[in-house]
Amino acid sequence: MALLEVKNLHTHFFAEGSVVKAVDGVSFDVEPGETLAIVGESGSGKSVTAMSILRLIPNPPGEIVDGEIRFEGQDILEMTDEQVQDLRGNKIAMIFQEPMTSLNPVLTVGRQIAEPIELHRQAPLDKALEMAKVLLRKVHIAEHDKRVSSYPHQLSGGMRQRVMIAMGMACEPKLIIADEPTTALDVTVQAQLLELLKELTREGHSSLILITHDLGVVARYADRIVVMYAGRIVEQGTARDIFERPHHPYTIGLMNSIPKLDQDTKEKLIPIPGAPPDLANVPEGCAFNPRCEFAVEKCRQQRPTLEPVAVGHYKACWVDVRS
Amino acid sequence: MGRMSTAEPEKLVSVSNLSVHFPIHASGVVKRQIGVVKAVDGVTFDVFKGETLGMVGESGCGKSTTGLATLRLIEATGGSIHFEGRDISKLSRGKLRPIRQRMQMVYQDPYSSLNPRMKVRDIIGEPLTVHHLAGSKAEYRQRTDELLEIVGLHSYMGDRYPHEFSGGQRQRIGIARALAVNPSFIICDEPVSALDVSIQAQIINLMEDLQQEFGLSYLFVAHDLAVVQHISTRVAVMYLGKIVEIASRRDLYRNPSHPYTQALLEAVPVANPALEAERAHRIIEGEVPSPINPPSGCSFHPRCPMARAECKTVTPELKEIDSGHSVACHLFGG
Repeated sequence: MALLEVKNLHTHFFAEGSVVKAVDGVSFDVEPGETLAIVGESGSGKSVTAMSILRLIPNPPGEIVDGEIRFEGQDILEMTDEQVQDLRGNKIAMIFQEPMTSLNPVLTVGRQIAEPIELHRQAPLDKALEMAKVLLRKVHIAEHDKRVSSYPHQLSGGMRQRVMIAMGMACEPKLIIADEPTTALDVTVQAQLLELLKELTREGHSSLILITHDLGVVARYADRIVVMYAGRIVEQGTARDIFERPHHPYTIGLMNSIPKLDQDTKEKLIPIPGAPPDLANVPEGCAFNPRCEFAVEKCRQQRPTLEPVAVGHYKACWVDVRS
Repeated sequence: MGRMSTAEPEKLVSVSNLSVHFPIHASGVVKRQIGVVKAVDGVTFDVFKGETLGMVGESGCGKSTTGLATLRLIEATGGSIHFEGRDISKLSRGKLRPIRQRMQMVYQDPYSSLNPRMKVRDIIGEPLTVHHLAGSKAEYRQRTDELLEIVGLHSYMGDRYPHEFSGGQRQRIGIARALAVNPSFIICDEPVSALDVSIQAQIINLMEDLQQEFGLSYLFVAHDLAVVQHISTRVAVMYLGKIVEIASRRDLYRNPSHPYTQALLEAVPVANPALEAERAHRIIEGEVPSPINPPSGCSFHPRCPMARAECKTVTPELKEIDSGHSVACHLFGG
C-alpha cells in the first residue's frame, strides 16, 4: 500500500470575488521509502500541494474544497484538529525553505528540537534535550554539546537548515516534506544538506517529497517526478522517464530551455514562449495551450486527463508529440 | 582558446588590483573604527571587446561588489579601472558622466529595479533625457519605440506601468533601459536568477542576440554555473574577495584547477539522472567564512582537501598555468 495517496485534490483561494485555483485536481501516491520530486515554476501549485497535505492552508482565504489525502489509509481531510496535530512533526515532518523565519528566534535550538520529542514522545525535557544533542550530531553540527544552547541568530544559514532537518527527524517520521530546502543556500552547502537528507531518509526508511524548481537536484535525488503546471499535474513518471523520454510539451520545453552543465555547447537554448498564466484566469482546455507549439483545437476546448503512456508514466496531453 | 582570431583581442575594460574595503564601526557616540571588511581584495581582470566574462562565486564572495565598483557605482578603496583605454578610477563625477553612457548595468530583480510610478516609456527614456540624447519629443518617442521593439516588446506597451508586466518582460524593460544610451559594456548582475526556469532561456537568448547585433561586451555576474557556462567566453571564479581562477569557458569547466573551482563544479547536480547515478560527489566541508575575519594565507585553506603548511601562512598570487588560464593556488607554485 502506498504511504500517501493524494486523490483529486483541489485547494482554492478566494479573494475579491475571484477564485485562484492554486491546486486544481491533483492525484499522486508516495510509496514507502521513495523520494518523489514535485517540480514546477512559481505559481504551479507545488508548495500549496505540500501545505495541503499537512492542512497548513490559511483559511480564509484558502480552502481545500475537494479531494482526499490518505496517509497510511486514513484521510487527513477527515481528521479532527487534534489528530492532525498528532501527525505533524511526528509521522509527517516538514522542512521549509527559509530556516531563519521558520525557527523561533527566542528559543535555543536544543529546545526547538526537543519540543516535538516532548510533545509526541511524552519525554521529560532533560531527556528530550539529550536526544536533541544526538540529533545535532546526526546532522553533522560540530560541537553539538555546545550548539544545543545556541540561538538561531548565532548560527549560519547552513547550520540553521541543519537544525531544521534535526527537528524534522526528531520523531523518526515516515514522511518528510521538504519545500525548496536548499534554495536560499550556497551551492557547496546545498550539496552537503541534500546528501544529508538523502542519508537520513535512507537510514530511517522514510519517504521524501522534495519540492523544487531545480532540475539538477531532481535528477540526482528523485526516484519519481511529478511535473506541475498551473495547479495541475501535466506529467508523472520515474526520473529516467521524465528526463529521457518526456511526453508533455511543457516537460519537453523545460528540458530544452535549461543550459546543461554536462553539455559544453554554444548552441542556442530553445525557450518556451510566453509566461505562465494568471491562476485566477487559467486558459480553457489545457492550461499550457497558449504556449504550446503542438496545440490543436481540442487543446483549447477540453481539459486533458492524466493518461498512461507506459507503465508508471503518465501525461495529460491530447497530442502524441513523440510520434 | 575559445577566441576565434589569433590577433591579440582588444581590451575594453581593464581592472587592476581593485579593492573595496568597508570600515566597521563600533556602535556608540564616537564612531570608532574597529575593523574592515575586505569585500573585494586585489582583483585583476580584463574584458575584451565583444566577449562575455562570467563571474561566479557564492554569496559574499564579492562578485556583485566588483561589478558595482567597476562602474564606480561604489567607490573602490584601491586599484585602477581602465575603460576604452582611459583610467576612469580617479575621474570626477562630471567627467565620468559621458563615460557612463558607454557602461550600463542590468540588475537582478526586475521587480524592485523599475520605478513603479513611471510609465515604461519613461523608464526606458530617462537615460536619453539625462544624457541629452533625444532632441525633440518625436525623437524621444521614436527612440523609445525602437528600444521596446529591440527587446521583443511592442511599442504600445510603452504607456503601461511596470506592474502590468511579467517578470521576464520586466527584465526586457531593464535591458532596454541599459541599451538606450548605446553602451559598449554592460554589467549583468544575476539577470536571470529571479526568473522562472521557462523564462530564463528567453532572456539569455535575447542577451546573446543583442551582443551580436551591437557588439556588446558583458560582465555576467551569476551563481548558476550552467548559465555561466552557456553564456560566457571566459569565466572568473571568486572566493572571499579574490579571483581564485580565471580561464576560457572550456578550460574552466573541463580542466578546473583550483580546488575551490573543482569543489563548486562537483557540488552542482547535473540535470541528467543516468549521469548522476554514477557520479561521485566529493563534497567539501564547512561554509564560506566571514569576510570580517578571513582565514590567514589562502582563505580557502580551512575547507581545502589539499591544503598544506604554506597555504595557512602565505596568500597565493594569481599565476598563469597555461595560456589564458590563471590560478591562485600553491599547488601550482612551480
